[in-house]
Amino acid sequence: MGRLSNRILMKGNEAIAEAAIRAGCRHYFGYPITPQTEISHYMAKRMRDVGGVFVQAESEIAAISMVYGAAGAGARAMTTSSSPGISLKQEGFSYIAGAELPCVVVNVERCGPGLGGILPAQGDYFQATKGGGHGDYRNLVLAPASVQELYELTVDAFALADRYRVLCLILADGTLGQMMEPVLYREDDAPRPATKDWATTGTKGQRPHNVITSIYIDPEILETHNLKLQAKYAEIERNEVRCETVGLEGADIVVTAFGTPARIVKNVVRMAADEGIRVGLIRPITLWPFPTKIVAEAAERESVKAFLSVELNAGQMVEDVRLAVNGRKPVHFHGRMGGMLPTQREILDTIRAIVRGEGGK
Amino acid sequence: MALVYQRTQGLLDVPFHYCPGCTHGIVHKLVAEVLVELGLLDSTVGVSPVGCTYNNYEYFACDMQQAAHGRAPAVATGIKRVLPDATVFTYQGDGDLAAIGTAEIVHAAARGEKITTIFVNNAIYGMTSGQMAPTTLLGQVTTTSPFGRDAATQGYPINVCEMLATLRGAVYVERVSVTSIKGIRAAKKAIRKAFLVQKKGLGFSLVEVLSTCPTNWGKSPVESLQWVDSAMTAQYPLGVFRGADLEVET
Amino acid sequence: MPRVEFREDRCKGCSLCISVCPKKIILLREDVLNCKGFHPAGVDEMDKCIGCAFCAVICPDSVIEVEK
Repeated sequence: MGRLSNRILMKGNEAIAEAAIRAGCRHYFGYPITPQTEISHYMAKRMRDVGGVFVQAESEIAAISMVYGAAGAGARAMTTSSSPGISLKQEGFSYIAGAELPCVVVNVERCGPGLGGILPAQGDYFQATKGGGHGDYRNLVLAPASVQELYELTVDAFALADRYRVLCLILADGTLGQMMEPVLYREDDAPRPATKDWATTGTKGQRPHNVITSIYIDPEILETHNLKLQAKYAEIERNEVRCETVGLEGADIVVTAFGTPARIVKNVVRMAADEGIRVGLIRPITLWPFPTKIVAEAAERESVKAFLSVELNAGQMVEDVRLAVNGRKPVHFHGRMGGMLPTQREILDTIRAIVRGEGGK
Repeated sequence: MALVYQRTQGLLDVPFHYCPGCTHGIVHKLVAEVLVELGLLDSTVGVSPVGCTYNNYEYFACDMQQAAHGRAPAVATGIKRVLPDATVFTYQGDGDLAAIGTAEIVHAAARGEKITTIFVNNAIYGMTSGQMAPTTLLGQVTTTSPFGRDAATQGYPINVCEMLATLRGAVYVERVSVTSIKGIRAAKKAIRKAFLVQKKGLGFSLVEVLSTCPTNWGKSPVESLQWVDSAMTAQYPLGVFRGADLEVET
Repeated sequence: MPRVEFREDRCKGCSLCISVCPKKIILLREDVLNCKGFHPAGVDEMDKCIGCAFCAVICPDSVIEVEK
């Protein structure tokens, strides 16, 4: 972190847009939806300054398809949306995974199901980490918890997408998109691959034609293709897990939370310490790959009596926590929905109840 | 002795998987011949649809991308915006373009995307075995209109050229057929013009080719050509719907 | 003398070439089955060919080459 004077006060959505441009994204395709429209506003202006392309697509489906075409032509391309729009993009997600195209998508989550509401939520965890589209595929999912992190993870997302030829999804929520915080621009660039020799840029008479596709009618070839994808996903699981941990040493209770709730839980850790309850925090920064090993190691700690997952949904990430804990300790859940945020007090009350042996909500 | 006709270099030396007499093959070679003759093949990126020609990327010698059903114009938009100097075309059937992909084609045309669409209309869904298409004629029997397409419950055929011709961004729109040597030559001329429109950066161009599906129509290949002339052209008249006066050969 | 050559292994016997030949010299070779199981098209009376290439122009499978 640099001096405060070097920082710029930015809205989360603007930080995403600026980060993308600084990461070399020159092709943005979007369709307006609250609470992320500022990204489109920003891109519409800035892309002209930097000689890039902004297209307001006719739909989220068209936008992700434009990303498919642009990424296939070798560009760093991005689209952004919010929950209902991300549902529409699932077709494109699956095709992009099958065709192994690198691109970045941002979901500034709102509430569901259906049109739901425009307030922050985390109800898209399953969709983001378990699929959403058809077939066996994974997206690399990053979960920022501050405007600075929105900026940094967006830059990183382009490098990760290029490195593995995957869709890298930033899973933020409306709070993060709308809040303003100081941002320090990073000097380093998002590293690019030396070449994209698979891209369709015209043969120039220099090579056989390149084909971008996701269809393989021959079952043996399609299985081989799937196994190749799975090997790539395994490599991502080995290399790319990111996680912040706070106070796990000697913790009685370990709270898991990502994004906005993790910020609230950090305060709860201090409040609980004042009454002698030692609370640790595991904040996954990559939701996929999930920090399974870190959660499992915490479950092995003798001091840890129980886990509590705090989320803005009905209990989604908690399933991955339970898989990681694997029955070694009880796993409780505290969630709010509909755009409601849990207060520090209510989380602390839940922790107290767990300590008393009464369990969470 | 000189070769007066040979297989175009714009097509790879791979046999087509299409049914006997299917006119997709004719349209493929016209597109490939035009790209070669205009010297554009090496800088072309084509977009394959979903339908019988989902894998025409195996045939065209240029770079190709395969798109999700109906999304080819959006994919082509993405490609063209990255590679403004490339020639970008979509090759789409009537289900892909006029049903599931209606939004994408209308808006690519409305934006005046500098791409070319080859729209192959055979009034039926071939790949999924002969279901009703948006362009199926009234009274036409298909597997999902077994008593003939009934306007009361199944609506009316969509005339894509006439519809798109209302959009300013669609600068060249023509409907052709490939049922005769004369028709094939006219079709090639239209496809050539469409690519020249793109090359000159004038806007969106589309050539609709009335095509056959002998297998699902239950007709011989020759009878199928006759049915295009007798039945299809009554619903889908041939002609230029936008850009008749465009001069692109200079 | 003009001459047409059929790539018999690729021919699907659709007969569109037969329908456009002005000299009516193209026929399906009933005595030949190609690897696809079709009777391929061919010409016996090559001396009558005028090299118009109509057959090649309409052939959907691009199996015909014409010399003149």
